[in-house]
Amino acid sequence: MVAINIETEDGQKEALRRMLTIRAFDTKAGELFGDGELPGFVHLYIGEEAVGVGACAALEEDDYITSTHRGHGHCIAKGLDLERMMAELYGKANGYCNGKGGSMHIADVDAGMLGANGIVGAGPPLATGAALTSQVKGEDTVALAFFGDGAVAQGQIHEAINLAATWNLPAVFLVENNQFGEGTPVEKQHNLQNLSETAEAYNIPGFTVDGMDVTAVFEAVKEARKRAVDREGPTFIEADTYRYRGHFEGDQQPYRTDEDIDLWKENDAIESFKERLIDAGTITESEFEEMEADISAQVEEAAKNAKEADYPDPNEAYDDMFNATVPEIDGFAQQMRTDGGEDR
Amino acid sequence: MSTESAPSSGPSQTEEMTVREAIRLAMREELDRDDDVFVIGEDVGEFGGVFEVTSGLVDEYGEDRIRDTPISEAGFMGAAVGAAATGTRPVVEIMFADFLGVCSEQIINQMAKNRYMFGGKTEMPVTVRTTEGGGMGAASQHSGTLHTWFAHFPGIIAVAPGTPRAAKGLLKSAIRSDDPVFVFENKAMYEQTGEVPLDEDYTIPLGTAKVEREGDDVTVVATQRLVGESLDLADELAGETSVEVIDLRSLYPLDTDTLVESVNKTGRLVIADESPLSYGTHAEVATRVMENAFFSLDAPIQRVGVADVHIPFSPALEEEVLPDADDVKAAIDRIV
Ligand SMILES: Cc1ncc(C[n+]2csc(CCOP(=O)(O)OP(=O)(O)O)c2C)c(N)n1
Repeated sequence: MVAINIETEDGQKEALRRMLTIRAFDTKAGELFGDGELPGFVHLYIGEEAVGVGACAALEEDDYITSTHRGHGHCIAKGLDLERMMAELYGKANGYCNGKGGSMHIADVDAGMLGANGIVGAGPPLATGAALTSQVKGEDTVALAFFGDGAVAQGQIHEAINLAATWNLPAVFLVENNQFGEGTPVEKQHNLQNLSETAEAYNIPGFTVDGMDVTAVFEAVKEARKRAVDREGPTFIEADTYRYRGHFEGDQQPYRTDEDIDLWKENDAIESFKERLIDAGTITESEFEEMEADISAQVEEAAKNAKEADYPDPNEAYDDMFNATVPEIDGFAQQMRTDGGEDR
Repeated sequence: MSTESAPSSGPSQTEEMTVREAIRLAMREELDRDDDVFVIGEDVGEFGGVFEVTSGLVDEYGEDRIRDTPISEAGFMGAAVGAAATGTRPVVEIMFADFLGVCSEQIINQMAKNRYMFGGKTEMPVTVRTTEGGGMGAASQHSGTLHTWFAHFPGIIAVAPGTPRAAKGLLKSAIRSDDPVFVFENKAMYEQTGEVPLDEDYTIPLGTAKVEREGDDVTVVATQRLVGESLDLADELAGETSVEVIDLRSLYPLDTDTLVESVNKTGRLVIADESPLSYGTHAEVATRVMENAFFSLDAPIQRVGVADVHIPFSPALEEEVLPDADDVKAAIDRIV
């Protein structure tokens, strides 16, 4: 995805469109999961759209991101294709990972999306590595790691930030503080007022921004990106946000009330940005509705196509383990096949 | 060999319950019995654990004894090691065995070596409960069966129950043990039901297997989910092939005697375990039998497991790689 300039009207509309796309996609994913259409676990990004969109809008197309188990929004913000994403959620052959990854592992390395990740805290070291490549090769690319407030308790993210700070790497560490790590509130996981205070330990800049405001996130990341390409090293940004849905679909959420959620919804990222754009005359109500309908049609189409798409051939389960051919796998696969499966 | 401790007094009552309930009951009984026991892990408190195994315990025992942690496996696994070395008995929950990699330093170099390195001067009464296995579309990072790794490492006792009864008895022994014990729970089994002894002193000695069903033609040594599947298969084959089914229960120590006795009788062996086939649990069981019952074997030993791949997401692929009763049946057919 090409950087968009949120200072322009077109850029603003594009940002709104991407936020709406994320919401529509994840709303659909939640519905499909509820209907028993999707296997596995699904973690929705609804409520947090401004963070992914604001951040990716400030990145250039060749920049890298690493993501989390809640990665659909990051994928869309980075410009990934809805059809292939949906297909992956279904485990279909035409999905981004040919059905091997699913919701938690969507990746498109060519698009700079280094993977959603099922391991909390595993992304930041990968981003540090991508930033190292950039430095070693003298490229102007930047790597941004998305991670949750819960992940800040993981040791490996601190090692990653320390390396990036010490080596002055072009990295941006962006914590999406949605107030919970699964069912545990952020105050019970960290003895900090703001998670951005973490930056002090590494002697890099740290900011907390309003993660419900796409412009605020955009500006912070843009500034951080500039520092990175100017060889001034990494930045740590905390975006305060909220997830509206459970940790995963099906979560009973004993840890919060509907009132808590409503309080955050009053400051909904999409609603407030839309109102701002309408007030400024950037977009009309009817243009907005058109945009919404258009996105909804795209998402429905993607879901329909994904549902109808083919599952991978079961034999593909044994592919992709190594670059080389490993006789054991073929042999064991043959031995384990009980459906009289043909030779490969 | 005697496998289960008979209740010391009173009638031995049982109740039908799920594996999940059996595990929870074991924890409850041990929390009641010993104030030094506490449970620690991510969202084990109010949330009740992602598989609801610890559900409700925090209301009974409070936040000090059912202790939620930040998402920092190395930190809280290490804390459990330190706590165990200094007189408490932590029961650590690692949500998915795949995350053991995140805290393997604390397990490998601290927990497992502590007692030995310090000349036997420390005890390490840690229990680690974790979930394994595929079948839920959870994809590669949440579906692994890693018990071979840890069973292989000196200083660690590793068990993997195949029935609700075993789930209770093994966990209680684990908590009472002064050594590190890993309990590998197969998450596809939490809803499985069976009769479970209510006796608070019912335990299963670590290192013992159990003949769950007697047979004459072939021994199937199975673990976890494959125990139930093999028992059903044995029922199906009855009249045609007489299958003896053993729940291995303990990966380390391994109950060689029970295996050898069975193979001496049947002359044939199938090993069914949902882990990668190379260098694993299958190999160890096979070797023990070869070393001790080679001349009783009438046919080559058969392995049923995962063909050295990760567990893929798509149902079409996951179903392909996961071993089940059909695979056990095919293995039996090859040698009987
Ligand atoms: C190493 C590891 N430990 C635990 C988990 C289970 N888990 C998945 S998501 C999650 C909460 C993550 O919280 P946070 O980082 O704040 O991200 P959020 O879900 O709020 O987006 C946990 C504990 C995991 N996937 N990986």
